Amino acid sequence: MIEIKDLHKSYKMGSNSLHVLKGINFSVEEGELVAIMGSSGSGKSTLLNILGMLDEANSGEYTLDGVPIKDLNETKAAKYRNKFLGFVFQSFNLINYKNAMENVALPLYYQKMGRKERQEKALKYLGQVGLTEWATHLPNELSGGQKQRVAIARAMAAEPKVLLADEPTGALDSKTSYEVMDLIQKINDQGNTILVVTHEEDIAHMCKRIVHLKDGIIVKDEKVKQVRASEYV
Amino acid sequence: MRLLFDRNTWQEIFGSIGKNKVRTIITIVGVLWGIFIYIALSGAAKGMDNGFESMFESIARNSMFVWAQSTSIPHEGFKTGRQLQLKLEDAAMMENRIPELQYIAPRNVKGFFGSEPAIIGRKNKSGSYPVFGDFPVFTKIAPKKIYDGGRFINDEDIDQARKVAVIGERTQQELFEKDEDPIGGYIKIDDVYFQVIGVHKFDPSGGFGGDGDIFIPFATYKKLYNTGDNVGWFSIAAHDDVDVVKVEDNIKALLRNIHRVHPDDERAFGSFNLGEAFNRIIGFSKGITFLSLIVGIATILAGVIGIGNILLISVKERTKELGVRRALGATPREVRSQIILESVFLTMIAGIMGIILGAATLKLINSFTQDIDFPYTNPTVPIPYVLGALAIMVILGTLIGLIPAQRAVSIKPIDALREE
Repeated sequence: MIEIKDLHKSYKMGSNSLHVLKGINFSVEEGELVAIMGSSGSGKSTLLNILGMLDEANSGEYTLDGVPIKDLNETKAAKYRNKFLGFVFQSFNLINYKNAMENVALPLYYQKMGRKERQEKALKYLGQVGLTEWATHLPNELSGGQKQRVAIARAMAAEPKVLLADEPTGALDSKTSYEVMDLIQKINDQGNTILVVTHEEDIAHMCKRIVHLKDGIIVKDEKVKQVRASEYV
Repeated sequence: MRLLFDRNTWQEIFGSIGKNKVRTIITIVGVLWGIFIYIALSGAAKGMDNGFESMFESIARNSMFVWAQSTSIPHEGFKTGRQLQLKLEDAAMMENRIPELQYIAPRNVKGFFGSEPAIIGRKNKSGSYPVFGDFPVFTKIAPKKIYDGGRFINDEDIDQARKVAVIGERTQQELFEKDEDPIGGYIKIDDVYFQVIGVHKFDPSGGFGGDGDIFIPFATYKKLYNTGDNVGWFSIAAHDDVDVVKVEDNIKALLRNIHRVHPDDERAFGSFNLGEAFNRIIGFSKGITFLSLIVGIATILAGVIGIGNILLISVKERTKELGVRRALGATPREVRSQIILESVFLTMIAGIMGIILGAATLKLINSFTQDIDFPYTNPTVPIPYVLGALAIMVILGTLIGLIPAQRAVSIKPIDALREE
């Protein structure tokens, strides 16, 4: 599903240049649930942003679902993001003046889907994260866990090839974190490919594979025995 | 283009506008005020324009009066201070020599310029009213509305020196019974019986003349008051496209020549140039219209810049939202057009509200000035002005929306998302 070869990324900071990714080689099969771990500054978020086409690598190859991702302009990137990727952010990033259902329906709007169809689909995905009754509530009327579930529903609504989650539990307490991870595991059980960036061991071990990143290179890439989050809930 | 007619686009825009009410209202007020000022000002200017126009409606705009005074320079053996008298044949001379003239109406009056008004009697009623001796051509210069069933003096009246009279509304009310038809009735003007042939409508909006004026044929007047070929003054109308000031000078030069007055004697003939006065007033009201246009457009501009400013701030505020939208697959084009459409839409809404408010204000002003003596009628803003203002707003709204829109897409989605 994802193929990365010799990926480099450096940021210019004034006269210095900060080499963040120093040759990443990495591939993800369909249906995998991969945790990308590392301390802050290890380059994990940068990697995820490049995977999410929110950022661009300096060199290296990136193939997503057989499509080489290169020579991106903003328009092309936007179309790929819409078609291939779903995002879940640490700070949820819901649009605060749109209610839960409208938030979930937003990527569908950019897929040029009709309003009715959009709302039906949004409600269906809200149902899957167990928030049907909260469909007409604004984000500030929801708890952190609920917000993240809305965000996950939004990411899934576009039916992406890959779900990218950047510290999805970073802003949540552990109980809520496990609920969210439970949801992510269930989505993975349905055959969806998911990448989770985290620095929490317990969250990482709820994935099927852990990629350890340190100082811009992969130091360890291991398959782990998945801990089901539902055991903690 | 497809974007413009897509319901979804508009739902997104209504969503983002409707759910940021304070921002929307503040944004709208600026432009609303601008267009309101524009409409109210240019409407008021137009009202004044109309007011002046209706004041001069009852008289040809390029007309003038010329009358005789006394000389102030000795010439050809005549002493200074010689009283001059206009003659009927002067009219023919003027007509021949000055091609710019369209109509010349020699006139006489009893009841103005120091002479006693005529005593008009009917049965046991009587009153005094000014009596004018006129040619039919006079109505070409100063149109008179005659009530149904009546007419003004015609050429045959002149030829036969008929004893016929056109009376005013007030004269009719004072000499005739309410339900009596004055046409065909007889009145006595200074002891001579005249048949009434028409009643002229008094125009209160301005012009010259009163509601008691009586018009009789020039030829009859001449006989009645024994004035011979003497003319009190000439009412003259020039053709539409000529320089009335120059024509006035030509007429006076010609009259000085005919009456053997020194060519430099400015005081020998008096004149009042309505055309010139009219042009001055029109120029004044044109100036006001222009000024109101400038002020209005400047205010609209200020309002639109205000919209741009607020949108710019709101784009900064919404950086994260726009970043999210782009992460979810909004292309830069879509983001840009959303911001621009928001700008245009707000501008339009504000503009239309301003137009309605402005129109309401104009109506209010109109109803207040209805009954007072002020040159102000029917204040309207011509549709092209309104459409022009709307067009300006759409164009400016788009242009000003470009700045925040460009800013919105110039931030990389990754930076937008990172912004806290």
